[in-house]
Amino acid sequence: MKEIFKRHPRYRTAPESFTELPDDLWVRCDQCRELVYAKEYEDALWVCSKCKYHAQITARQRIDITVDPGSFYERDAGIHSSDPLTFRSGSETYANKLREWQDKTGTREAFLYGIARLDGKEIVLGVAEFKFSGGSLNGATGEKIARAFNLAGERSVPLILFSSGGGARMQEGTISLLQMAKTVAALDRFKESGQPYLSVMTDPCVGGITASYAMLGDVNIAEPGAYIGFAGRRVIEQTTHQKLPQSAARAEFLLEHGMIDLVVARAEMRSVLGRLLEMYAGAGSRAAEKRLVGQGA
Amino acid sequence: MLDFENDLRPIEAELAALRQDTNGNGNHAREADLQAVLDQRLRDLYAQLTPWQKVQVARHRERPYTLDYLQRAFSDYLELHGDRSFADDRAIVGGPAILNGRSVMVLGHQKGRDTRDNLARNFGMPHPEGYRKAERLMLQAERFGMPVVTFVDTPGAAPGLVDEERGQAEAIAASIATMLALRVPTVSAVIGEGGSGGALAIAVADRILMLEHAILTVASPEAAASILWRDAGKAPDAAAGMRITAEDLEKLGLVDRIVSEPLGGAHRDPPGVASTLATAIDETLRELERLSVDELIAQRYAKYRDIGFFLE
Repeated sequence: MKEIFKRHPRYRTAPESFTELPDDLWVRCDQCRELVYAKEYEDALWVCSKCKYHAQITARQRIDITVDPGSFYERDAGIHSSDPLTFRSGSETYANKLREWQDKTGTREAFLYGIARLDGKEIVLGVAEFKFSGGSLNGATGEKIARAFNLAGERSVPLILFSSGGGARMQEGTISLLQMAKTVAALDRFKESGQPYLSVMTDPCVGGITASYAMLGDVNIAEPGAYIGFAGRRVIEQTTHQKLPQSAARAEFLLEHGMIDLVVARAEMRSVLGRLLEMYAGAGSRAAEKRLVGQGA
Repeated sequence: MLDFENDLRPIEAELAALRQDTNGNGNHAREADLQAVLDQRLRDLYAQLTPWQKVQVARHRERPYTLDYLQRAFSDYLELHGDRSFADDRAIVGGPAILNGRSVMVLGHQKGRDTRDNLARNFGMPHPEGYRKAERLMLQAERFGMPVVTFVDTPGAAPGLVDEERGQAEAIAASIATMLALRVPTVSAVIGEGGSGGALAIAVADRILMLEHAILTVASPEAAASILWRDAGKAPDAAAGMRITAEDLEKLGLVDRIVSEPLGGAHRDPPGVASTLATAIDETLRELERLSVDELIAQRYAKYRDIGFFLE
């Protein structure tokens, strides 16, 4: 009897603070603050079993759960910020911040992309790294996003982007703003390929990211509960001097107001993307061929 | 007058007094002297405005707005209304106009002159229907082969719950996409505050002109300071660090031409600045009209696609 109790400490009270927790056994949900088994949490693709909150995950995790195993080949991993304005404030420099984010995430910028397969079909996949500067848009990420569109266009394959981020990066000023035009220009060219652009927005996704390429998907998809909009919650509350309802600018709100096509749970995402590729990609290439024939090319 | 112009107040007051008092011959000499002093002081001051001071000038309440340019520099203009789907947004105005003998489609942000006007125009902060009206008129311009001229002057797109409901982000994104793909020449002029995506939505032209003291920012200096340092009071630091002035942006290659302002800023001589800007727009259009549509589209794509600023 003693033995059994030792091996199954089922009724142990969970401590409040993370530091007292065994390193890898429990995880606290960012949203509802409930404790969930780490293993269970990972199996559920980092979705809380209690409140269904879809936690922010790293770009690598996203790639792993989205495409065929081992099929992702990253492109242009070396592209990084040139700190074009040598931005600083007092003793704090943007250059230092960049190094900090790079150390924290293991990536050189807030977006990565490459060639991958999903259900055996070739695609170009791009994923925002939210933990790098809140996924913000700057000179380097703008270039990588534009290259993702270019690459998908050149290879005439579908493009899937997982977008998330707080908007344009302040430390690169107006350069960041103009990346909205640059990415949209590349997106517009990509359309000539006749291939679909599937835009998946995850929590949170606002500002210059939604106000440019993220909202312009052929199919706009969001994860449940994701905050998606033009302005962030704090900005809206400060401007309108009103407390915003919890449901405002969430994925389901956008669906209701006609801004996105689908709200898809993380566990279903892979299969829904696969079905969309099946339905759109074949039709798209046939249409593009027809156009070329029609032009006498 | 702006805070940093306080030193000029006594001179301007004396000048005004002299001009009212038309008796006495000595006054003319004194008036000319004072005017010369004032001009010199203004020249010195405005030659080296800090970025934060430029923000104040760009937001000056008497600075000419879109409708002022339309009235002064275009021989005809008819304002058209509505997005055909929801409403007419008065923070963006637009319609066909005649510039130096040719038909153009003009669009611009419009701030209000007084409180009532500002409430009607939401302080120049467009709702989604404003951008959808802009898009509608741009596509109409394309259909009739009219060049598109835009005036950019907004603190930013409206950030309210109603704007989220009606899809502010999508409206801006779609306006950018539509403007970039237009098969007619496009010229934009940043005339005051070019604030964020709400400004960019109608600014992505073949050529971006910018008035000497206008600004173009990724976020208002106050918002940027609040995001970066949780302290909106550090707005002057943000203004300096983000490179928002015409001079900086021309050096970075992000705007194509600076249009000089009258001495002491556009608000001191609205007819003067209207005529200078109209000439610059006309010259730019003539340059663009020499290109074939395919050349125009190719050049525009390269202009935006090739914006650099990264290392690999």
